[in-house]
This record gives sequence, C-alpha cells and structure tokens, in this order.
Amino acid sequence: MNATAEVTTEGKEAIIRVTGLEMAYGSFVLMRDLNFTINRGDIFIIMGGSGCGKSTLLKHLVGLKRPAKGRIVYDGTSYWEAEPYEQERLKRRFGILFQSGALWSSMTLAENVAMPLEQYTKLPPEQIRELVSFKLALVGLGGFEEFYPSEISGGMKKRAGLARAMALDPDLLFFDEPSAGLDPISARLLDDLIIELSESLGTTVVVVTHELASIFAIGNNSVFLDPDVKTMTASGDPKRLLRESPDPKVINFLTRGEGARQS
Amino acid sequence: MTPSEVKIERTPDGALLLTMAGDWKLGNIGPSQEGALSQLAAGETARNIAFATGGIKGWDSGLLIFLARIFETCRREGVEVDKSGLPAGVRKLMELASPENQRTGVTHGGKRQPFLVRIADTALDQVKGFREVVEFIGEATVVFIKMLRGKAVFRRLDLVTTIQETGAQALPIVTLISLLVGMILAFVAAIQLKMFGAQIYVADVVGIGMVRVMGAIMTGIIMSGRTGAAFAAQLGTMQVNEEIDALETLGFSPVEFLVLPRMLALMLMMPLLCVYADLMGVLGGMIVGVGMLDLGVMEYVHESKAALSVTHFMIGLFHCFVFGVLVAISGCLRGIQCERSASAVGYAATSAVVTGIVSIVVATLIITLSCQVLGI
Repeated sequence: MNATAEVTTEGKEAIIRVTGLEMAYGSFVLMRDLNFTINRGDIFIIMGGSGCGKSTLLKHLVGLKRPAKGRIVYDGTSYWEAEPYEQERLKRRFGILFQSGALWSSMTLAENVAMPLEQYTKLPPEQIRELVSFKLALVGLGGFEEFYPSEISGGMKKRAGLARAMALDPDLLFFDEPSAGLDPISARLLDDLIIELSESLGTTVVVVTHELASIFAIGNNSVFLDPDVKTMTASGDPKRLLRESPDPKVINFLTRGEGARQS
Repeated sequence: MTPSEVKIERTPDGALLLTMAGDWKLGNIGPSQEGALSQLAAGETARNIAFATGGIKGWDSGLLIFLARIFETCRREGVEVDKSGLPAGVRKLMELASPENQRTGVTHGGKRQPFLVRIADTALDQVKGFREVVEFIGEATVVFIKMLRGKAVFRRLDLVTTIQETGAQALPIVTLISLLVGMILAFVAAIQLKMFGAQIYVADVVGIGMVRVMGAIMTGIIMSGRTGAAFAAQLGTMQVNEEIDALETLGFSPVEFLVLPRMLALMLMMPLLCVYADLMGVLGGMIVGVGMLDLGVMEYVHESKAALSVTHFMIGLFHCFVFGVLVAISGCLRGIQCERSASAVGYAATSAVVTGIVSIVVATLIITLSCQVLGI
C-alpha cells in the first residue's frame, strides 16, 4: 500500500483505532486491510464512490456489524472482544444520524428525542422536556415537538434525527450522508452545525459523504475507499490529500474529475 | 425524415473513412447501416478508422448503438478509432459508456454451483434459520422474565395501543367467523343426528367443538392473518427505515422494546377473544337449531350447559393463550429478520402468516394428544 498517504494530525489522542479490518457480506469481501486512526476532536470523513462500502464501514464503527477480521478499538477497548455491559457503555457514547433520519414513526419528535434521556438519565420530566425543546431548537425545529415523523419533510426528519443523536451529549457523533437530499442552504447549515458541535463541545465527528463542498468545509481527517482494489488508498486531511496525494483516483475524486483533465 | 446513410471509403493513406448523413434516429435505420457493419465485419481491414459526420441532420440513441457496434468490432480487430470527426455530444456519451469507464471485476453471484453444493447450502441455511428461531425464542423468554421482575424497558403506550388493535378492533371479524363456524358445525352434525331423531345433541357437538378447540383455532388463525402479518410488516418497515438500527445503537433491545409489548398484548387479548368466539359459535349453532331443527331456545341452552364443563372451557383458554404467544413470536420474528427492501416486507408478512398457522396446527395436535394421554 505505497499509495497510502499517512498525513494524520499529530499530537492528538486517538479515540478510535481500526486495525486490519475486513468487511464482508457472507463470503463476499467488500473491503480488506483497513487501518486508520480517528483522533479526539477530529471531523473524520469516510469518502469514496457510490457502493464502495462507506455506509457499511460506518455500521462497523458503531457496532452494528461484526467485522470479518480485524479490530476496532475505542479508547483502548476492543468493541467485539468486550463484555456485553462494556459494549452497552460504549454505545451510550455514540450518537448516530442515519441516512433517512430513522425516527421512530410511532412517536412524536419530542418523544423521539426524549427516549434516550428517559432511559439513561434520572432527570425529572420537566427538565427532560426543556432539554428536548432545546435540542430541537438547536437544529431549527423549535415548535415541532408534537409533530410525528410522517408530518414533516425529509430535511426536517434528518435534523430531528440529529437532535436525537445529540440527546445524550455523545462524545462521538456519526453521520451517514448528512447532506443527501438537502437543498444547498440546508446542507451548508448542517455543515456549520457540525463544525460548531465539534468546536464547542469537543465532539469527535465521523461523516460518510461524497459531497465535495462538505468534505473540504468540515473535514480535517479522512479515509478514501477504492472499490477496485477493495481497500483504502489514502488517509489524512482532505485538503492536504488534494495537494499532495500521488494517487490519481483520489485527486480525480476530490476535483470532480477535473484533476485527470488538467494533468 | 431523410433516411440515414453511411458510405465507407478508403483514404489514400490506407485508413477507412465512414461518411454519414441524414437522420440517425431510432426507427429510421437505412439499409446502408447494416451493409457497412457487415462490410467491416467481413474483414475490411485497415490500421485506423475515421468519421465524417457533417451531413448528419439529427441523431439519438440510434446513432450511438450503431457507433457502439463499430467500436466493438474495431476493438476486436485491433483497429484504431479516430473519434475527432464525431459531434462533440456523441463523443462525450460514447466515452461515458466505454468499457474503460465501467467498474472492473463485477460479478453477480458467480458461477452456478454443483448440485451437491446447492443441497449442502440449503441444508446449512435451514440450520441457520432454525438457530435464529431458537435464539429469538430464547431472547423473548429472557425478556419476558425480565418483565416479570419489573425491569423490562418498553413504552406503556405501545402496549395499550397494541391491546386496542389486537383486541377490540378484532371483534367484528371474530364475530363473523365464529358465528359461521358454529352454524357450519351445527349443519354437519344435524344431517347425521336427524337420522336417529337426536337433533337435540347438535347443542353438544357445537358446544364442545367450539369451546374445547374450534373457537380457539379460528381465533388463532384470524389473529395470525390479521395481527401476525401486521406485526411482521410493522417491524419489517422499521428495519427498512433503519429504526431498529437506531434502537440498537442507543442500547435498547428491539426484542424488549418492540416484541415484548406485542407478545403481552396478544397473550392478554387472545383468551378474551376466545371466550367471545366460543359464545358466538354457540349462538351460531343455536340459530340453526332453533331455526331449522325446531328446537326451543331454552332447550338448546340447557343442553349446551349440560354438555359443557369447566375443563372444556379451560382447555380452550389454554389453547388460545399458547396461540397468542405463537402468533406474536412468528409475526415479530419474521419482521425482525426482514431484509431492507419493499419486497422483503411483503415476504415477511406472508411468511409470518404461514409460520403462525403451521405452528398453531402443530400446537393443537400436541395439546390434543396431551389431553388424551392425561384423560381430560
């Protein structure tokens, strides 16, 4: 893997360390030999073309799918070798925004956001209500507390999903294609919100996306997956990759194909 | 539309020049096209090939597929293609569709496996499926015990709405089916009993038949088709929308949160529905008895009371309680197992009904045999 450009920001503490990860569906291997580190406070981008396994990698990172091989270590704890109670404890530190929002359709937005709070905190109901309203307001959905997911638009569902993901103030936030299906302004607002969360709360953010504007606007670390060779071919700050990567496929991806034409 | 035309000429430097003119649109294939293709295929060899397209008036996919065939022939024969004479738009599209731009190494499912391998695969799938069922039942049992100890996490509101959906809202269909089954039992019995002048015993047949087993079976089958399928579709859709993933990542157990309230609701409602179905069945029998066999209402009621005992009633209730668990488990199991597509949700619903009804029939056999052995 001579093409792997190791340009991770130094001097930071690793929060997730992935070693020798192989992802497979049955006997079909999707990606192998994935090795990368996500540092505390990073906005880490998982990039690559459609269908290369970005969302699957995310599912591995949040403990929804067991790796075929390799380890995923959070702060020194290997997820799949840990005891179930330890796994639960780790999961509670994650906040996840799914591609479609994945709101529970039988509950109102307020109930969706309140669920994790009611389950894992001992806060009094009034305080939970206040917190829920605040989280919803944070994503621009103040006043939508009593709406059901079926009554709001796709972009709003996504934002409500983000409010739920942030309910327990997680120190790791995962986003699966946050800007897909959003208009440019909303996508930009979501990007700003991600930066804001990362800077003000110190949250580590992992984003699956192929929106170039987002990648450069928010990312400071990344991994590039190439389905042709079934592994990662680059990692590091996307802006630096754009300047320094020797891999034409990476440059091509980061320049919407313009790079190939210029060279 | 002017017909499409193509001429093949050899230029002085040994290259082939394809001069095209006319409307190159689908459905406007001129005879010259096929001619040109066969001429190329017949070994009109050249080092390279070029195009002159100044005479083309209009084009669509018709031109593109013609060019694709020419490019394919050239690639096979090792002839170089000079695309500079083609319209810019055509060049762009041909480039997008060129084999170099397709993903390499795409395979779908691979080669067909040998017969024995397929048998083995099927057997392994069956074993895996059986293990999933056992695991699910185990998990449901653990969660149920957790609930008895007051530690299970689920929304009370979910339980209440499911009770309403599976209980009160099922009454009309249970009424109709039980009444009709009661009448059918009475008709069948009446034909035989009338020959001996013993039509009063129709009340015994209908009463014991309905209360002991038929009321429970009919309720079970109705609930399997109505509620089991609904459970599978609900949970399957939640699977498709990633709602179940969202539960898991927040550390909620889907079995505890989604399956438990559904199972509880059916366990509570099925015996009640069963009692109601028994009553409706007896009423159906009475309608036939009074209306067609000239029995008196009080006479029929007395005979039914004499025939029935608490044992029959309890056996019926026990049946229904078991069926409630079976319907809930098969519905929820198929929903949780559902894959992530619309057709998978349909399959899950169908599969839930089939599993539900099969398990109901098997359970009935086991309970009936057990009663026989125990002499009750």
